[in-house]
Amino acid sequence: MATTVHEPPKIDSHRLPDQRHSSNGDWRNLVPADGDLRVTQDYSPPPSSTAIWVVLFAITMMFAAFTSALIVRKGSSLDWRTFTLPSILYLNTLLLIVSSVTLEVARRRVANFMGGLKSQVESPARWLYITLFLGLLFVAGQYVAWSQLRAEGLYLATNPSSSFFYLLTTTHALHVLGGLGGLIYVIRKLSNSVLRRNQLVATARYWHFMGILWLYLLLLLWMKL
Amino acid sequence: MHDVAAHAAHHAPPTSFIRKYVFSLDHKVIGKQYYALALVAALVGMVLSWIMRIHLGWTNAAIPGLQLLSKNGAPGGVLTPEYYLQLMTMHGTIMVFFVLTTAPFAAFGNFFLPIQVGAEDMPFPRFNMMSFWVTFAGFVVLMAAFFVGDGPSLGGWTQYAPLNAVGPVAGPGQGMGVVLWMASIALFCVGQLLGSLNFIPTTLDLRAKGMSLMRLPLTAWAWFITSCMGLTAFAVLMPACILVILDHVAGTSFFVPSNLVINDQLQPHSGGSTLLWQHLFWFFGHPEVYIAIVPGIGIVSHILITNMRKPMLSQRVIIYSMGALAVLSYMVYGHHMFVSGMNPVSSLAFSFPTLVITIPATIIVLIQVFSLYGSKLRINSASLFALGFISMFVSGGVSGFFLAQPSIDIMLHATYFVVGHFHMVMGVAAMFGIFAATYFWAPKMFGRMMNETLGRIHFWLSFVGAYCIFMPFHYLGMAGNIRRYSSFPDDFLQPLIPVHRWITVAALITGAAQLIFVYNLIHSRFWGKPAPDNPWEATSLEWSTPTPPPWDNFAGKLPVVYHDPYQYGVQSSVGDYVMQASPEQVKTEHDEK
Repeated sequence: MATTVHEPPKIDSHRLPDQRHSSNGDWRNLVPADGDLRVTQDYSPPPSSTAIWVVLFAITMMFAAFTSALIVRKGSSLDWRTFTLPSILYLNTLLLIVSSVTLEVARRRVANFMGGLKSQVESPARWLYITLFLGLLFVAGQYVAWSQLRAEGLYLATNPSSSFFYLLTTTHALHVLGGLGGLIYVIRKLSNSVLRRNQLVATARYWHFMGILWLYLLLLLWMKL
Repeated sequence: MHDVAAHAAHHAPPTSFIRKYVFSLDHKVIGKQYYALALVAALVGMVLSWIMRIHLGWTNAAIPGLQLLSKNGAPGGVLTPEYYLQLMTMHGTIMVFFVLTTAPFAAFGNFFLPIQVGAEDMPFPRFNMMSFWVTFAGFVVLMAAFFVGDGPSLGGWTQYAPLNAVGPVAGPGQGMGVVLWMASIALFCVGQLLGSLNFIPTTLDLRAKGMSLMRLPLTAWAWFITSCMGLTAFAVLMPACILVILDHVAGTSFFVPSNLVINDQLQPHSGGSTLLWQHLFWFFGHPEVYIAIVPGIGIVSHILITNMRKPMLSQRVIIYSMGALAVLSYMVYGHHMFVSGMNPVSSLAFSFPTLVITIPATIIVLIQVFSLYGSKLRINSASLFALGFISMFVSGGVSGFFLAQPSIDIMLHATYFVVGHFHMVMGVAAMFGIFAATYFWAPKMFGRMMNETLGRIHFWLSFVGAYCIFMPFHYLGMAGNIRRYSSFPDDFLQPLIPVHRWITVAALITGAAQLIFVYNLIHSRFWGKPAPDNPWEATSLEWSTPTPPPWDNFAGKLPVVYHDPYQYGVQSSVGDYVMQASPEQVKTEHDEK
């Protein structure tokens, strides 16, 4: 016969975080079931950090659907016409990779700036602006790629291969624009000194994911088109 | 690291009318908005089913006023075969998306998930608000199809390719009607994805002190599992809708094969895959069935436990079984495609998990039924509808065993047997879950008790009526009655017309009985007996709040959770139960470990 509410928790109080600032999301089971340490230390991340994975998962599923459509469509038809990818795509790829690096630099600068570890004269926002600029260049570069294909007479409806090219690159570019919106949001928060760490972390995860997704898409297009 | 107290208080109590009732950030108002949307959608869907049923029973009967809806579709009030299909499409779409997904998951989930986990609101209230209004826009776009061009699409709620992608040549509504349908569903997908974006972090990150995962009520688990399913399913349906829209408006050929001739016209598209649409659609479509039913499983368990005054035999096994349903639901979708021309080996591969998925479903039902054994069940409208849910779920589920086998499905697939199966197991069962939840939670949502006598009359008419409608469907199907036809002039179907008329009469009466529910809901909302904070002597956190809950749910004080969710059959200072937020020590035989 078990009891439900129990003796005071047998927890080493030194191992717990400062309870004055803790709230329900941090260390959850301060009132534990049977004083069980295992369930006591049920740490939960801030909601935005879970939410960003939810977003990335949804985007992954969306592109998985497009990928399966591409594979099925190519396999089921005789009208698939291959074409060479515009070479500017490789330059765009480089831009996106470099933007991920600059964003990481920005994160470290912001951390130092916020933590007051180094007396920085320069604003940490500079590297965020560079990232933003590289992201814009990427989207502009994608636009150049679309223009080049149009000049070759390859439109959305010309051939299933071009349909998929425009579909995948446009959808990705729209998501990159979303990431740029996130960067602008972070820069604004930073300039008002109200940036929270998890906002920057979530934006950075999203941005790196855009890079990884692009590498995947490039490989897919390179192999299948 | 982060500050939930600050986070939860992210929005101040609303003051303006717009913020309070229209573009509200409060999860409870958003939940009620979803409920109202579902109620309106259900009434529209029900009227559509009445029109179809009257036509099936009396093919030449004129329905007065119907010509006002569509001059060409119902000249003189008599349905044309095409318009019958258009109404059928709308009935299915409205019911599946805007009722069965919206009410049990989005409406009740929005209202009660944050309260049950002990949070003041969802983590992203603005996304939550957008979630509702995008869904609402989807509904408006869908309904707009009634009033543009030649009406809504006639392709059925599954919108099979290639007829969904070739335009007006495929029949009335296949041009603009399909585009509106696809746009509506794409919007709906966005709305539900935004919902998942809130539901998942709410469950994982915003739980109150002491609320471990296993202390979550079964409803919270059901909504959490459903939001994970929705995240995967709707993220696939949306791109599929985009592909169809591109086939329509941009001239691409994703779904239309080469050399396709429709109505003597060679289609300009080339090389598309018709099966591709079915794969994409059913990858969403089958999990959708569980998106509709899993919240019902949670709700019904929650209500039965409260009224049995004892926990289920195993809370954990129900949770794991719901999780198993969710995972398996993605592996079985091909059983909708046994007659599609798919490789027979694939049929076998999809048949096996389809039979396997009945195992967790059976486990859940057996636990519910055996938990009832020996309990002194309190009979009220909510518990009656909960029992009705089990009855419908079992009756409709059993025919699933037959349909899961390709060799039998080939014979039954295009008949009323399938219509009977999915209406019982997904439609009526989920509706009974919604009704049970309404009778159970209306006191908390609106602060008023619903009328118990009217509730019981509503139950018995609905319960008997649903069997009178949907059981004969199975018989019709076995007799070879094909589905999706607007009339049955063939000789071999003539003897079945009396059955159709019986179903029509039953549907009219059962549908009218739902008006009792609507009356009860609206009347008690304004003139019902004021509800106490905990009318059912229940334990979970939603009953710890004032009634109706204030804008921050717990009136500024976040709860601390001391107990498992269902501590009934104990001796405490308040009776035979102890609430989750009560620090009182009790002895119990039912302590879930």
